[in-house]
Amino acid sequence: MGRYVARRLLQMIPVFIGTTLLIFLMVYALPGDPVRGLFGDKGGSPQVIAQLRHQYGLDQPILVQYWHYMKNMVLHADFGTQIASGRPVTDVLGDAFPVTLRLAALAFLIEMVFGIALGIVAGLRAGRITDNAILLVTLLLISVPVFVLGYILKVIFAFDLNWLPPNVNDSTNVNELLMPAIVLATASLAYVTRLTRTSIAENLRADYIRTAVAKGLPRRRVVGVHLMRNSLIPVVTYLGTDIGALMGGAVVTEGLFNIQGVGGTIYQSIVRREGTTLVGLVTILVLVYLLANLLVDLLYAVLDPRIRYA
Amino acid sequence: MRGAKSAKWVAIAAVVALGATACGGGGDSKGDSKAAVDPNGIFSVESGEPQNPLQPANTMESYGSLVVKSLFSQLVSYDSAGKIVMVNAQSVDSKDNKTFTVKLKSGWKFHDGTPVTATSYVKAWNWAANPANKQTNSFWFSDIQGYDEVAPAKGKPKATEMSGLKVVDDNTFTITLSKAMPYFVYKLGYEVFSPLPESFYKDPKAAGEHPIGNGPYKFVSWQHKKQIQVAKYADYKGPDAAKNGGVIFKNYASPETAYEDLKSGNVDVLTQIAPKDLPVYKQDLGSRAIDQSFSAIQTIAVAYYTKQWKNIDPKVIQGLSMAIDRNTITKTVLNNTREPATGWVAKGVLGYKPNVAGDVTTYNPTKAKQLIKEGGGVPGNKISIQFNADGGHKDWVDAVCNSITNATGVKCVGDSKADFQADLNARDAKQVKSLYRSGWVLDYPFIANFIRDLYGTKSDGNQGGFSNKKIDDEIAAADSASTLEESEQKYQEIEAQLKDSMPSIPLWYYKVNAGYSEKVSGVKFNQAGDPVLEGVQVAKK
Repeated sequence: MGRYVARRLLQMIPVFIGTTLLIFLMVYALPGDPVRGLFGDKGGSPQVIAQLRHQYGLDQPILVQYWHYMKNMVLHADFGTQIASGRPVTDVLGDAFPVTLRLAALAFLIEMVFGIALGIVAGLRAGRITDNAILLVTLLLISVPVFVLGYILKVIFAFDLNWLPPNVNDSTNVNELLMPAIVLATASLAYVTRLTRTSIAENLRADYIRTAVAKGLPRRRVVGVHLMRNSLIPVVTYLGTDIGALMGGAVVTEGLFNIQGVGGTIYQSIVRREGTTLVGLVTILVLVYLLANLLVDLLYAVLDPRIRYA
Repeated sequence: MRGAKSAKWVAIAAVVALGATACGGGGDSKGDSKAAVDPNGIFSVESGEPQNPLQPANTMESYGSLVVKSLFSQLVSYDSAGKIVMVNAQSVDSKDNKTFTVKLKSGWKFHDGTPVTATSYVKAWNWAANPANKQTNSFWFSDIQGYDEVAPAKGKPKATEMSGLKVVDDNTFTITLSKAMPYFVYKLGYEVFSPLPESFYKDPKAAGEHPIGNGPYKFVSWQHKKQIQVAKYADYKGPDAAKNGGVIFKNYASPETAYEDLKSGNVDVLTQIAPKDLPVYKQDLGSRAIDQSFSAIQTIAVAYYTKQWKNIDPKVIQGLSMAIDRNTITKTVLNNTREPATGWVAKGVLGYKPNVAGDVTTYNPTKAKQLIKEGGGVPGNKISIQFNADGGHKDWVDAVCNSITNATGVKCVGDSKADFQADLNARDAKQVKSLYRSGWVLDYPFIANFIRDLYGTKSDGNQGGFSNKKIDDEIAAADSASTLEESEQKYQEIEAQLKDSMPSIPLWYYKVNAGYSEKVSGVKFNQAGDPVLEGVQVAKK
């Protein structure tokens, strides 16, 4: 087990280098220059532009830039400086990540609890009216685009009923985060429900369930332990990858509800060609993905003793 | 361009928003609020995260500009008619328009209690002009004698101080320019010409995070990506003292969300209305909706360095201009957020005259066809208009293209660049294929800003390679005029001739579409399209 984890951690290094280099090269390939962009239509003094470019090392070859950047990141946890504001990227990340983390955690909780609950209900009544109703609802949720859903919720809960504030002004307020979290969770929630339902319906007919029922175990134990443990493997896989998606992919939702999180920061860094900020953000997201994946793989062993990592 | 994302400004993305503090003295609310006014009331305004640190010479976009403008006062400012008003200066006099003597009002203090002296100005300007300090607006000092020694185009700087700035005594200093400029005083109202306290130089970086100024408001706090708060400075001696207790600049990701918050009472002043809400905002807000012009213009500039336009007869460009149905496009596609332009200079600028371009900006398909034919036709019979796709320009570019094609039969397509950065990149590299979208917001409300700074052969704003010796000579003559009035008149003469050379096709003037909540009154906007914060009055709760 320990050796397996160590091996997995070692495998992360090339993945990490590969992804950061790719992002670096992609930003570099886009036309435009972050320093020139500061001056807009007006054009700036060439001396100042040259000075700024030199300060941020933009006048060096791209691979040299990458090398310096990674060296500072790994050795000193220094993610560079944002070009426009002159703030350390670590500060910028420190502003954005906690906000998104709160939002993602809330959304994750919603999709896990409701998704699995609905999935079990549907799976146990496979083929009956309840199952079909849940199928219909989840299909609807999957097919409605995020911004449409967000806007509908805003109109209903904020403008008509006045239950919730329409936008997030204080990202520590759970009340304000609730609506965006629901919007963010819906699509994934639908997938979690579908996965759980299929898996449960399939395992209901398995031998060990028949044995458990025959032994006279209470229904609660049959479903709660025997059935659940085996059925959750595909769901856990999906939830694991979704952690990363929730953290980085909330550009639309964050913009819709005025949340100053990772999504918006990524968007802005691309528009302004702030390569360093972008790579910093993506680096952390890559780490989140890798660790979530590792966690999922280890959870398999917990859920199903037949899976052993030597 | 409020932040790179929002619609109002993207037009002139990353523009220098120049604050013209319209000192609307006595501009009290005209009975639009019956409630008593609370002189210490705090209100919030929709804004965004400033791109740069809050250093006066380093702020180029409107979010930062709005904040810096509230914290720093300059020597002069101007009223809504474009007339100079003295703020921190007692007087700015000159006999030859080359050497200016500035006398400061006495008793002014920075927010940290240190006095504002002639040195506060001279030292600050020298610091900002020095390329080593990397201030984005440093080229503003290039009119001053000795700038070339401090920031030479090539090689090492020979000096760290401009020879044109001399401190006479605590309240007097002189500015000598490298050549005469009758309207130089107008430039002094821009925040780049702010004074700085001694504490600034100890740690400029920290000062950018926590600025200490001499303006009507003092800095309170900056919660990055959330809000910036400033409070009324009680000892302020200028004519534009705050009528409220302070301002909170709230960070909004999009104008849509800000509008929702305005309706639910979470923000008091909006500086822009999202396209989605334009059709309804006047109904929603009633008398609290704002719709007025400000000094900015949208043009289609011609890339004169291309084979297509290199030796073109101006008649062809005139024809293209006449083929654009400005009235219909501004009314329909642009939702009345613009007014058709009738010249190259925007409204609210000293020297503006209506209908300068005459027929050239009037829609006339028959004459358009005829002119293009007389001028020898459009080379290749096809044009393209470059624009940035992230700025909401696509709709009007398509409309302009259709208008041109329908009127003249010239093929016209939009040449979309992914975003403003890519658009600029193509312009800088002289890779524009045919025509490109361009825009200009005033830097200072004098006509020269819209002519000299855009169409002079060597101007920074001239990215299309337009060059006309006659116009260059006349600009030089207008710059060396002995009085402001004479200079203004000469510039008006130049503007009247621009239709013969067509450096660009004027499209429309910008308008401010904004609104405010029931909690505030007396909300006005200045020539730069920014709200005049000091004049806002907050109702008692």
